[in-house]
Amino acid sequence: MQKYSFFKLLQHSLSHHKNWQAAWRNPAPAREYDIVIVGGGGHGLAAAYYLAKKHGVKRIAVIEKGWLGGGNTGRNTTVIRSNYLRDDSARLYEHSLQLWEGLSQELNYNVMFSQRGLLNLAHSHHEMSTLLQRHYAMIENGIESEILNMQQLKKWLPNANLTSSARYPITGAIVQRRGGTARHDAVAWGYARGADALGVDIIQQCEVQDLIVTNNAIKGVETTKGTIKADKVLLCAAGHSGHLTKMAGLELPMVSVPLQAMVSEPMKPCMNTIINDSTVHAYISQSDKGELVIGASNDPYLSYSQRGSWQVNEETLQAILELYPVFSRVKMMRHWAGIVDITPDRSPLMGLTDVKGLYLDGGWGTGGFKATPGAGDLMADTVANDKAHPLVKPFGLDRFTSGRLVDEGAASGVH
Amino acid sequence: MLLINCPFCGAREEHEFHYGGQAHITRPADPEQVDDKAWADYLYYRKNTLGLQAERWQHSFGCGQWFNALRCSQTHQFKAVYKMGDDAPEGLS
Ligand SMILES: Cc1cc2nc3c(=O)[nH]c(=O)nc-3n(C[C@H](O)[C@H](O)[C@H](O)COP(=O)(O)OP(=O)(O)OC[C@H]3O[C@@H](n4cnc5c(N)ncnc54)[C@H](O)[C@@H]3O)c2cc1C
Ligand SMILES: [Zn+2]
Repeated sequence: MQKYSFFKLLQHSLSHHKNWQAAWRNPAPAREYDIVIVGGGGHGLAAAYYLAKKHGVKRIAVIEKGWLGGGNTGRNTTVIRSNYLRDDSARLYEHSLQLWEGLSQELNYNVMFSQRGLLNLAHSHHEMSTLLQRHYAMIENGIESEILNMQQLKKWLPNANLTSSARYPITGAIVQRRGGTARHDAVAWGYARGADALGVDIIQQCEVQDLIVTNNAIKGVETTKGTIKADKVLLCAAGHSGHLTKMAGLELPMVSVPLQAMVSEPMKPCMNTIINDSTVHAYISQSDKGELVIGASNDPYLSYSQRGSWQVNEETLQAILELYPVFSRVKMMRHWAGIVDITPDRSPLMGLTDVKGLYLDGGWGTGGFKATPGAGDLMADTVANDKAHPLVKPFGLDRFTSGRLVDEGAASGVH
Repeated sequence: MLLINCPFCGAREEHEFHYGGQAHITRPADPEQVDDKAWADYLYYRKNTLGLQAERWQHSFGCGQWFNALRCSQTHQFKAVYKMGDDAPEGLS
């Protein structure tokens, strides 16, 4: 792998940047691998990277039906945080956040991780109580969190409508300063480049059409580029996970629905943090390019179409204007949807399945981007050892029969 | 926005409606007798169909009635609406 550095940049500028090595190869699939990973989003690529790097697995393939990061990885609004309520989730997302903090160095790829802080706003005494419950749960779990009063909030949000004449006046907030954003494509590309350098075959434009199962053990996958044998298969297919597990006769407790987001025209910097508001219901940040990045509720209905309904966008923008009347003339540039896989308790589905050698990393719903490094790392460990990592264990499918749900209905929010 | 045909009021815009998820789910008749797996199936497992799904909608900001619909999860197109308690119309795809 060609290392990126300031010196290299200088050197290549002499040849007009025409001689950079391709970031990854484009191999034809071999007939057999030790591990096949279905889905070339952040999760699949990260798992491949850690399997090769930390567990020394030699023959790994990542199979992607479209292009790298073309699923939810490339459609998400990149909010990264670990401010979850339950102990199990706090540990999982905090593990991931810590990996984010060293990721650009680890991958020698600038993922533009920017810890600009994430604010959760409250509009009433009751909402503040709920936020405080989460705040203290985080402190108990060793994760930093701060309470902001209105004076402090004015410094954080100079342009927002913090007056008491607002339709739903804001009364306070909590902030996780280590929360932030990253560049979504760079995460997929960085892991792809790293994995490729360690010998992982990344196969794009190749759809998995069937899972080969004999005697309740996985034997490989049927793809549009032929049969690929493997005794271990990891599914990282987000909204399509349930569709895939059905091929092995497994149903999943999840529904696939569209989640939409949008960006505005680029503007001068006017917002240096991320704001989430559960009452008026929307969240917003400003990208390094200057676009406002805005999202809100998922569409309610089952869908695989990667588009949603217009009124959801309308409601989102109403909510944003409630917080930021100054944005009323900003033009929106693009809006889109991804298909998110929502579970009954809004926590992911991770670990082993009833089919030997078939592993699952899905059900991330509206909030799995932040988990990309963590899930990749923990699933690599789980697949390599054929045993759920302790941080993965609570998120197994058995929780739906045991009743030990990890209820993150409130903290999972929509990002 | 979807245009949804309420069997009682006719075509109305989506935001008058509330989505109720997969239709025809029956509560086990004797919950004490079923095992954890069957109970989890009833509570949490949905078909998540790629294609035509029978599902429930409520015309919450209209007549308030619940009804069933057959809708495609790939195109969002409604193929049929029918009343609660009736079987899904057959022969559609
Ligand atoms: C609008 C929107 C906003 C979001 N905002 C946030 C946010 O702010 N913060 C956050 O943490 N999360 C957010 N999320 C959620 C986050 O994007 C996802 O949880 C995360 O990216 C999932 O990553 P993944 O790698 O598992 O899935 P994906 O990136 O979707 O990758 C799955 C891949 O599998 C491929 N695939 C599927 N079926 C097959 C098959 N049969 N054969 C081969 N390949 C297949 C797909 O093409 C896809 O590329 C958001 C999601 C959306 C849609
Ligand atoms: Zn009606």
